[in-house]
Amino acid sequence: MIRLTINGETRNVDVDPNTPLLWAIREQVGLTGTKYGCGVAQCGACTVHIDGTPIRSCSLPVGAVGGRKITTIEGLAAGGKLHKVQQAWIEHDVPQCGYCQCGMIMAAAALLTSNPKPTDADIDAAITNICRCGTFQEVRKAIHAAAKA
Amino acid sequence: MAAIPNISRRSFIVGSAAVGGGLALGLRLPPFGPAVVRAADGAPEINAWVVIRPDDTVVVRVVRSEMGQGTITGLAQLVAEELECDWSKVVIEYPTPGESVRRKRVWGDFSTGGSRAIRTSHEYVRKGGAAARMMLVQAAANQWGVPASECTASNSIITHGPSKRSLSYGKVAEAAARLEAPKDVKLKDPKEWKVIGKPVKRLDTADKVNGKQVYGFDLKLPGMLNAAIKECPVFGGKVKSFDAARVANLRGVKKVLQVGDSAVAVVADHWWNAKTALDQLPVVWDEGPNAKVSSATIAEQLKAGLDAEQAFVGNQEGNAKAALAGAAKKIEAVYAYPYQNHACMEPMNATARYTPDKCEVWVPTQDGEASFAAVLSASGLPADKCEVYKINLGGGFGRRGAFQDYVTQAVRIAKEMPGTPVKLLWSREEDMMQGRYHPVMQCKLVGGFDSGNNLTGLHMRLSGQSILAAVRPAIVEQQKGRDPLTFQGVFDSGEHSFGYTIPNLLIDHAMRNPHVPPGFWRGVNINQNAIFIECFMDELAEAAGQDPLEFRRKFMAKHPRNLAVLNAVAERIGWSKPAPAGMHRGIAQMKAFNSFVAAACEISVKDGNKVKVHRIVAATDCGYAVNPAQIERQVSGSFVYGLSALFMQECTVKDGAIEQKNFDSYQSMRIAQMPKVETIIVQGGGDTWGGIGEPTICVAAPAVLNAFYKATGKRIRTVPLKNHGIELV
Repeated sequence: MIRLTINGETRNVDVDPNTPLLWAIREQVGLTGTKYGCGVAQCGACTVHIDGTPIRSCSLPVGAVGGRKITTIEGLAAGGKLHKVQQAWIEHDVPQCGYCQCGMIMAAAALLTSNPKPTDADIDAAITNICRCGTFQEVRKAIHAAAKA
Repeated sequence: MAAIPNISRRSFIVGSAAVGGGLALGLRLPPFGPAVVRAADGAPEINAWVVIRPDDTVVVRVVRSEMGQGTITGLAQLVAEELECDWSKVVIEYPTPGESVRRKRVWGDFSTGGSRAIRTSHEYVRKGGAAARMMLVQAAANQWGVPASECTASNSIITHGPSKRSLSYGKVAEAAARLEAPKDVKLKDPKEWKVIGKPVKRLDTADKVNGKQVYGFDLKLPGMLNAAIKECPVFGGKVKSFDAARVANLRGVKKVLQVGDSAVAVVADHWWNAKTALDQLPVVWDEGPNAKVSSATIAEQLKAGLDAEQAFVGNQEGNAKAALAGAAKKIEAVYAYPYQNHACMEPMNATARYTPDKCEVWVPTQDGEASFAAVLSASGLPADKCEVYKINLGGGFGRRGAFQDYVTQAVRIAKEMPGTPVKLLWSREEDMMQGRYHPVMQCKLVGGFDSGNNLTGLHMRLSGQSILAAVRPAIVEQQKGRDPLTFQGVFDSGEHSFGYTIPNLLIDHAMRNPHVPPGFWRGVNINQNAIFIECFMDELAEAAGQDPLEFRRKFMAKHPRNLAVLNAVAERIGWSKPAPAGMHRGIAQMKAFNSFVAAACEISVKDGNKVKVHRIVAATDCGYAVNPAQIERQVSGSFVYGLSALFMQECTVKDGAIEQKNFDSYQSMRIAQMPKVETIIVQGGGDTWGGIGEPTICVAAPAVLNAFYKATGKRIRTVPLKNHGIELV
């Protein structure tokens, strides 16, 4: 059994410690907002926060997480209120197919935590997620809008 | 029972019609008159398109799939416009393919591809909305004992003018559902539209930002197992043998099996366990006759077609060969376009449950009916024992429509484990290796001028792969061997007609079909045809010593709508004035999927190979713009797909198999590389309803290539640009 702290709750998962955190979250904990896209830390669809830092959960063995706090998209809203990034995403109608968007939102939320007023260059450096629908123009607008919110 | 768990949606009730499939079948309520068809929750169906609940919720049925393009929102707008309903009360429901079959295909075509969802169904879905409105109004008039002509409907409220009485749709829905459908249904003049043409928000956003949206990958069913699969990497190869005992005792493994002739799968409690075991499963393949094929041999095969005698004609005016033979000056160029994978963010998947009495499949699909056909075929059960529940798609781009290979696999696996639902998920590697690839094409273009530098002849010879020969052979047979789709954007007529009138013209295709399976890839054949013709137009203009825009205009007098979009982008980018310092411009136009599209771009190039695309101005004349905000998103989004393809993407073939297995070797644009896209929407109106999801994608690449030539003097004729050491920054 491996003990995880996820979205403020403690969960025990019965998996091989080499299992990627992504699959422990999806298949053991049952939270499917964190997506599989590549398994090689390229696309960012699996982005979660570990102690507030965005990481690609497909490439982190669950056994290496330890007691650090994991936040997934399901835990981003606080007190029943959407995170300002989620709110901006709705206001700007950002998602198309939406599959990559939870990872994109997690990356954007982490960026605004470390850098509350990012420039375009900051966004370019921090947001490296792949979106095949091509929502980047709206993603950029929404991040700036969330920074102002 | 058809369980649809974990789908809690305000606005998007996936498959609820299926849950009540038995109930919705013309449930009669004798002795009270005509049949009332009911939705799953018992709410009356006014007609196939509209269900009104007692609380005034308006359920609009949509059979086209939502894969990101805003399709369901646009189609709901069309119905709502004529229904005169309260837009804030509109929700969407997907009828199932099985339901459609039982109701004699009342909803028509499910296929969501070819940018067709709105342009080919706008009339009948609007009529569905209008007929429902007429029935609701009639029901209210009957209740009041007044003529319907004295009543009006607006915002889901029916009002009797003289008495000022009013009723909401929910109050009369039950009675309306008992009325005969009106025969004469008149549609509004577009000038009266209030919902169509407005940039209303999408109906499906809320659950896409909080993780609740259920994609095929996320589906959970009671007792469900998970499967990982590996098909022979060499297309056409088969399984020779595999050593199931080696992995049978690994963690979570329930079953190791062969799937069809060419694949092996592991079924386990969890997918990660299935995949881990599959990776360790020893498999011996019979790679078949294609094991020696490589990109180089394919290129040779195509090259031979460039000068072949036999070719299918797609467009012909005058006598191009004679004009070229007598030309005072000729220029010639050879272009090439590679295999590319759709690389949907969500890899292919399907979930199946089989018993001898029922085969059910849950699948993200662009075409529910194609999925249904695959279930029938793979299960061997009759139509009344099969059902398909459409699940949200994590991208489609053409991969999830005509091809239902993953559905066939899922059913075959489930058939080996009757009663147990099995979710089959492809790894990214499987998705990359088992694509239905953008076909390979080479193109030789020859242009001839007279002594006055007038273009007198043009021959465009395509040599390469036909999608239809592989996917719709009946069409090719009907066309005596020709694949008309090959000529998208340069054809002699129709929704992909050529936008220039050139005195002596020949556009023909030497069909060369390698073993790699081709498919419809967002934009399909306009991607390469736009590069071929629109870059060569620039080459011709230079040979004639003319400005590329001015040169094009000479051949566009008979193509006013092509010209209008071309002029629109030229004006917006400021073509008549010099580009800003360090910037270089390119331009291109085409007609595709019945829309007229053009783009002009500004790029800068550093160190001769680092390209920054600063700005793309893109114009689309789709006839009627149903949702301008979604059109803007489709245009800018399609450029991410198109520019990724131009700069980064190629699926190469080695030993008969695709070499690129993941996004590390098959890259895709990131936000840092995104140009500023300015979208111009032209509403040419008339009888033209053009597509949106695909057409504009094709003009970005030639515009950028033409700008790159201006910047560097280098004419790049083969894609992707990474093969030339050129990168997008």
